[in-house]
Amino acid sequence: MASPGKASVSDSHVGKKKKPPARYWQEETDGEKKGAEDGGRAAEEEPRTQKPKQEEHQREGKRFISGKSDPFPGPAPIPEDRLQKFKRKEKTKKHRRQHYKLRDIITRSEEASEMAQKQAARFDILLPEDAGFLEGDEEEDTYTISQEDIADAVDITSGAKYFNLKLSQFGPYRVDYSKTGRHLLLGGRRGHVACVDWQSKQLMCEINVMESINDVKWLHSETMYAVAQKKWLHIYDSNGIELHCIRKFNDVLRMQFLPYHFLLATASASSFLKYLDVSVGKEVTAICTKTGRLDVMCQNPHNAIIHLGHPNGTVTLWSPNQKEALVKMLCHQGGVRSVTVDKSGTYMVTSGMDKKLKVYDIRALKPLQSYFLPAGASCLSLSQRGLLSATTGDVVQVYKDVCNTPVTKPYMAHRVRGTAWGLSFCPFEDVLGVGHGDGFTSMLVPGAGEPNFDGLDANPYRSAKQRQEWEVKALLEKIQPELISLDPCELGQVDQATFQQRHQDRVQALGFDPLAKEKFVPKYKKKGRSSTGNVEKRKRQVAHEDQRDIIKQTVEDKMKMEKERKNREKKKAKLSGSRSALDRFKN
Amino acid sequence: MKVKVLSRNPDDYVRETKLDIQRVPRNYDPTLHPFEVNREYTRALNATKLERVFAKPFLASLDGHKDGVNCMAKHAKSLSKLLSGSCDGELKVWDLTKHECVRTLQAHEGFVRGIVVRFCGTSFFTAGDDKTIKQWKMESPGYGEEEEPLNTILGKTVFTGLDHHQKDGVFATCGQQVDIWDEQRSSPIRSFTWGVDSFSAVRFNPVEVRHHVSTTLRHTHTHTHTHTHTHTHTLYSFSMFTLAYKVFIVSLPDAFKMDCLIFLCLTSLYTYDMRFLDRPITVHMDHVSAVLDVDYSPTGKEFVSASFDKTIRIFPKDGGRSREVYHTKRMQHVICVKWSADNKFILSGSDEMNIRLWKANAAEKLGVLTPREKVAVNYSQKLKEKFQHHPQIRRIAHHRHLPKSIFHQTKELRVMKEARRRKERNVRKHSRPGAVPVVSEKEKHVVTVVK
Repeated sequence: MASPGKASVSDSHVGKKKKPPARYWQEETDGEKKGAEDGGRAAEEEPRTQKPKQEEHQREGKRFISGKSDPFPGPAPIPEDRLQKFKRKEKTKKHRRQHYKLRDIITRSEEASEMAQKQAARFDILLPEDAGFLEGDEEEDTYTISQEDIADAVDITSGAKYFNLKLSQFGPYRVDYSKTGRHLLLGGRRGHVACVDWQSKQLMCEINVMESINDVKWLHSETMYAVAQKKWLHIYDSNGIELHCIRKFNDVLRMQFLPYHFLLATASASSFLKYLDVSVGKEVTAICTKTGRLDVMCQNPHNAIIHLGHPNGTVTLWSPNQKEALVKMLCHQGGVRSVTVDKSGTYMVTSGMDKKLKVYDIRALKPLQSYFLPAGASCLSLSQRGLLSATTGDVVQVYKDVCNTPVTKPYMAHRVRGTAWGLSFCPFEDVLGVGHGDGFTSMLVPGAGEPNFDGLDANPYRSAKQRQEWEVKALLEKIQPELISLDPCELGQVDQATFQQRHQDRVQALGFDPLAKEKFVPKYKKKGRSSTGNVEKRKRQVAHEDQRDIIKQTVEDKMKMEKERKNREKKKAKLSGSRSALDRFKN
Repeated sequence: MKVKVLSRNPDDYVRETKLDIQRVPRNYDPTLHPFEVNREYTRALNATKLERVFAKPFLASLDGHKDGVNCMAKHAKSLSKLLSGSCDGELKVWDLTKHECVRTLQAHEGFVRGIVVRFCGTSFFTAGDDKTIKQWKMESPGYGEEEEPLNTILGKTVFTGLDHHQKDGVFATCGQQVDIWDEQRSSPIRSFTWGVDSFSAVRFNPVEVRHHVSTTLRHTHTHTHTHTHTHTHTLYSFSMFTLAYKVFIVSLPDAFKMDCLIFLCLTSLYTYDMRFLDRPITVHMDHVSAVLDVDYSPTGKEFVSASFDKTIRIFPKDGGRSREVYHTKRMQHVICVKWSADNKFILSGSDEMNIRLWKANAAEKLGVLTPREKVAVNYSQKLKEKFQHHPQIRRIAHHRHLPKSIFHQTKELRVMKEARRRKERNVRKHSRPGAVPVVSEKEKHVVTVVK
């Protein structure tokens, strides 16, 4: 409080009368005073010459009529991490002299994208919602906090998001949330299907298909959903009316919907992976994986690749464009029980019969972490913000930051009434839905959901009209299945012809191969000098002639470096001076 | 225990009343928008397809001439006025907004060879086959008055081209020689002839003239061009005052500082940098028959050419291939073409007595655009540009329906060219290295440069 600097400031306030703001017409009368002030300031500014930009801004600031200067000159600074979040790709290297037009185009587009990046980063600060969190008291582990306590502690609307549905009759349930996170689809093993607007707890429809159900999935919007029944795949609308029965898709065990491609990928007991285009209702591809029953499946939301887990411990990656697996990874010693991929497409989490939970970097195809769960995890699910939930029997555990740092304790844990069969995080909400033998449990998991949604992509509050408009737009920009590949940005990159391709083109254009070297054919000599041995000898004389110089050079260089290294070591030894008794045996 | 759970107030996300617009909160986080490249590509593909769907360039046909339209002139001040002269010496003034003729006068006996509107827009000059240059008032004569030229100059020979200075009362004609006239005098202030060649077109340089008003003469000469029917493409360079090139017809970009000329010879067009006339900057090839007229767009980025093959084509200034081709079943050999001063329309006058009005951008929507439409148009334009090199998009964007004859002729020309190339390649292959040099397309057409 009583720092010297502050005191002097207050002094000046007390001692002098406060100056009225300067006016432009007073400039001449104040001239000498300003001059003196300028002199003082110049002396001050001298050491700061390395910041000419700031000075410039200050000078500009002086141009205000009132004589005030801008205390925060220049554009507002943007934190580096925010900028990094919106970075799309590295700057391209440009040739200095070649292609001046191209260089100009690239420079302009880079400037534009940089501006967009900065604008987006600035806008990021203005986003209205913050993510949820859960912190225990000192010495209190967060996993000991019960759902009831959390529900009591938070506001009523959030508290109402923790609920149990007791549906013991048609037991264990599969769960799926719609893309906006607004609607919930429940599919009971014994034929019970219900779709609910789970926030308002309004039942949209409830049917019993009178057949066993393997999986349920929302299609692109909340008006339609697919149900994998005992025999065939059925599609119902939100009133429970059967729209289609697709007999081409039989014995489906698991389904995944690719929302930007409008593809429903199904994995069947007969080891077929089939893709159904739901916008036109046609089968896109059917791939026979030849790996037995396919009951472990997930999609990579980043590149729309389907991951399948197999009883022999491998995980295979599939795209509809290839009849063979893109990647086969041996992940577990026993069978794979569950697979999930995070939304950025970086991490894959698998659990297997060997009771291990493993995290892989799916871009580099390398293992990152391996955990041992005593009971093994049967279902896995990753939330939008990277929380991992795993069920072991009737216990649901949620882990935080499993991918990067080794974790010892779960973040949250909850026991449900029956064995869990379906598990899914709700998008844009801090909610985890668990389908189990005794119905459905909606858990509160603070920090799970993305706090700020994009209204043009998935808007939980959209009206019917907005949904219709979104549907039309989404259908117009439906991505063709041919574009599914491991790297989704491949389309935006320059297709550089390989050297071989370019060479081939050149040969075709010229009509001959300019790089072709003629094979050395030894001249025929008479008097027995063209004996096989002689010919071979002459061939050897010219063999690798072009490489000889290079080889010679490299060998010389190597020897030189070796020599230098030895010299350096000798010098070092001499400098260190501490010769031991045994050094005399060194040469 | 400290806990916070996401809890949104719906009032922040839903509009209050039905009269409000819907709230659309945005989050530009890239992880919330997967497949952005693929989606943009799809949008670009759709935009390209829609562009082809909406490409309806033909707007109107102005009929009324009793003979082929030989020349046209834009009004210097008014966008809606067009002057056209036909082969029977008739001159018509058109109102383009109403698509109707507002004035007809018999300007000459025989062809009207050139029309030019004076820079002030109050009068215009015509030159004809009857060896006269006439100056007319732009206003139509009042009731009871007769159509009479303000001024008539009787020349010695037939005039084939006419152009007026941008700022001064000076104009130039060509024919057997190039004449520079003062408006006040009845004889040329300067005449030039080179050999036995006759000239088909003459232009003032719109840019240089402004810089050197006092040295008009020199500039007039540097931009005078001769005409040849031979296939040889000879460039003559005489003294500092006179440069002449054995070529076909000329047009100059209004907006361009660097002086480019377009010469047309048989089927190709050539753009030259006027300072370096020994080789063209670009060779524009696509027409299958002789090119008869060109005109630059007012932005100077593109130009339109009229051809004997019954089509008009639009070329980018620095592109070798045309971006657009316009044709109709009824349009015959196109003799003259003009790009309107607002950069939106193209006018073509053809043999079968009609003037046709085309859109410069075939898929453009005419009329006032709402701001959202404008944004959408700009966005799709940018997308098309971004993905233009992708094979599927390029295929759709470049596809044009051509009349059967032109299609086959193009194919034939391609085959001929390929055969020639193959032969040259074979010759090169079997001769001493360097004996048969590779001559670029640009250099191929210049036979000699005579200083």
